[in-house]
Order: sequence, then C-alpha cells, then structure tokens
Amino acid sequence: MEDIIKVTVIDREGVTHELDAPTDMNMNMMELCKSYELPVEGTCGGMALCASCHCYVLSEHELREASDDEEDMLDQAFFVEDNSRLGCQIKLVNELDGLKVQLAPVGD
Amino acid sequence: MIETDIIIIGAGPVGLFTVFEAGLLKLRCHLIDALPQIGGQLSEIYPKKPIYDIPGYPDILAGDLVDNLMKQIEPFKPGFTLGERAETYEKLEDGRFKVTTIKGTEHVAPVIAIAGGLGSFEPRKPPISNLADFEDKGVEYMIREPELYRDKTIVIAGGGDSALDWAIFLADVAKEVSLVHRRTSFRGALDSVEKVQELAEAGKISLITNAQVVGLSGNGKLDTVTIKHKKAGEEQKKTDHFIPLFGLTPKLGPIGDWGLEIKKNAIVVDTFDYVTNTPGIFAIGDVNTYPGKLKLILCGFHEATLMVQSAFKIVYPDKKASFKYTTVNGVNGFD
Repeated sequence: MEDIIKVTVIDREGVTHELDAPTDMNMNMMELCKSYELPVEGTCGGMALCASCHCYVLSEHELREASDDEEDMLDQAFFVEDNSRLGCQIKLVNELDGLKVQLAPVGD
Repeated sequence: MIETDIIIIGAGPVGLFTVFEAGLLKLRCHLIDALPQIGGQLSEIYPKKPIYDIPGYPDILAGDLVDNLMKQIEPFKPGFTLGERAETYEKLEDGRFKVTTIKGTEHVAPVIAIAGGLGSFEPRKPPISNLADFEDKGVEYMIREPELYRDKTIVIAGGGDSALDWAIFLADVAKEVSLVHRRTSFRGALDSVEKVQELAEAGKISLITNAQVVGLSGNGKLDTVTIKHKKAGEEQKKTDHFIPLFGLTPKLGPIGDWGLEIKKNAIVVDTFDYVTNTPGIFAIGDVNTYPGKLKLILCGFHEATLMVQSAFKIVYPDKKASFKYTTVNGVNGFD
C-alpha cells in the first residue's frame, strides 16, 4: 500500500511488534509507538527535551544526523550507545520502510 | 493549617485553570507543587517552546501560557504551597481531607483535585545497581551545602548546565574535581563551557570525557567510583563524593501509594467527573487515565471544567447545581 511502511519495534520485555506506519501524517517514531500504546512516555511532546523516547536503531537505514538538541538530550539519558536516537526525532518517511528499533531501558 | 474548598495538587496548566472554573462556582482553591515555581512541565522543561494546540492561539510560548493563566485566575485569589511535595492524605472526622507536604504543611478541604501531570520532578538517577546504598553517604543529587565539599575529592557526572556550573564553583572549594561526561562536547551556556575548558587546562578540573561512571564501592561510605572509558576500559578512582547531575524527571511519587487505582503509571478515573476510586478525590490532566485518554493540555482543561461541577456538590451539598456562562456577567472575582 502507498504511504504505509513496515516498522519493527522491540519493546523492553523483548517482544517484537510489527507496525504499519503511515508516512503521510508527518509522524515520528515516538508518536507511532504511542498510537500503538507501546510504553513510550513522550513526556515533552516530541521536542527533544526529555529523552523518554530513547531507542536503539537496529537496522542499517541512513537516518538524518542527530541535531545538537538531540545529542544534548541523550546526555541526560542512560544506557546510551552509538546507535542511540530519540524516537521523536525519527520522522517516518517512505525511505524508512523496514526500520527496526529497540526501546532503550528506562532508569528506576 | 490551610483551609480551602479544593486542594489542587500540581500547579501546572491544568491545576491553574481549575482555579478559574472553580472560581466561577465560588469555590476557593489552594495549589501545592513540588517545584519552587508554578507552571509544571511548561516552566520546568520547555518555557521557551511554542505550543500550537491551545484553542484560540495559533501559537503561544509555554511560559506565556503560564503567565496568561496566572492573570486569568488572579481574581479568584488562589493560595500556593510551592517547593513542597504532597506526601500523605487522611480523611478527617468531619469528612474533609487533610493533605500534608514533605515539609509538614497541612491543608484541609472537602475536595482534592490531583493535577499532578506525570508526577513530581525528581533528580534523574543513573542506573548503578548499588547507588541507593550510598545516598547521603557520598552520593548527592543536588548541592545543598557547598561547604560540605571543602578540601574533598569530588566526581561530578553529566554534561549540562548544572554539571558545568557546579564543577566551576567547586573547583575553588574542593581539593580535586573531576567531571565525567559521555561525549567530548558539552551542552550548556557557552561561557560555562569555555570556563570549564580553561579550568581544565589550568589543572583545576580533571575532565574525563567519552566516559561514564558505572560502579560505586566503599564500606558504609563511598570510597571509589568505577569509570568506564569508551575505548580504554574501566578505571577505579578514589573519591569522597559522587554527584550525578542528569536533570530532573517526573515521578508519580507518594500519590502512587494513596490507595487510588493505578494503571500504566496513571490514576484511573470515571469520565463522568474524573473522580478516582475514592469519592472526593479527583484526578485531571496527564495524571489520569481512562479509555480514549489523550495527554493534552486542552483535554485537561475540559476535565477540570467538568470536575468542579461535582466538587461544587460536595462543598455545597444543599445548594442546587451551579453553572455560569462568563458571557452573562463577566468574571466576578473574590474580595
């Protein structure tokens, strides 16, 4: 189908979710997870200001480089790895068909 | 002891607007918030960011929305207990509730409205398994008494303004200050970043970048931290204090233990009037959950408006229901 891509999300219990993601709604990864009721808080509403949508990108997709704001916010996250991103900064576009991410653990 | 009609827990946008809707029904309100300022997330996380989904405002800065709400509720003279987290509640013999803060301030009212957002803001704690064992035994999440650190060895972790500012300040006080950060670049005000670089070159701050603190040890008191370098592996470092400064994050906190039904870290309510499982205690805004719930400011405003109708019936059981259109008489404040 047009304007729908497949995205895989592994939650914090290790369960894999295959999600249909619309690319014509200007959505990001955090919003997608919330709309499927996956446990992503999205405290700040997608402004790269809280790190509650921290995830690891497992597939080889070329993502837009992280902005300074995003890097700054990752400084406040824990369990940060080289493939860490904020879900709210991953815009869902057709090129990301097959994207696979894993939700990062949250602190206490 | 503070007496009022509605105790509002949380002085974010929804808590503030509750004062307005309650005021129209001649109900008085007192707000309690753990933060020292009003506005909740809007003031603490994103005061300078625009919000686009407030009806009537194509866009408005979060900080301006808080200022406007304060202006809107001013006629209703709300009371505030700020910088104190609400800890406990009890039901009094006369049927009213008493809410006591962490500092012991007591508030009494027939109605409690919990507008606590995602909870009260607490320091974000790094995931080190035995961290709690050393709290106040060498591990502190905020600096209350700088003299405590005089001539001591200190490890600060974090890369933001508070980590930089305290590293600069303590460089003059402590015997040795190390700043551990996961990257080589720092966020935060440019002059703080430059000052830290200067102090590092002068040997006053030891900058440990591309690294993080992953372990603590000591016998009853902190003695050593384990620092993991991205490339060079782990290093043990003797220290008197470890101060992780990773900002604040909201936690549901003590309200989670009030016997209210909790689901997905939120309080379950009846959408008729957003009452919890305990009559007289309501939950509105981001803190509540129900089928179809959306965590949006404007939904919280709606919930507050319906909630005060039931609050009115509790405060004035003998009066007929009250409902005011502001278009008829404008807003009549309290003397």
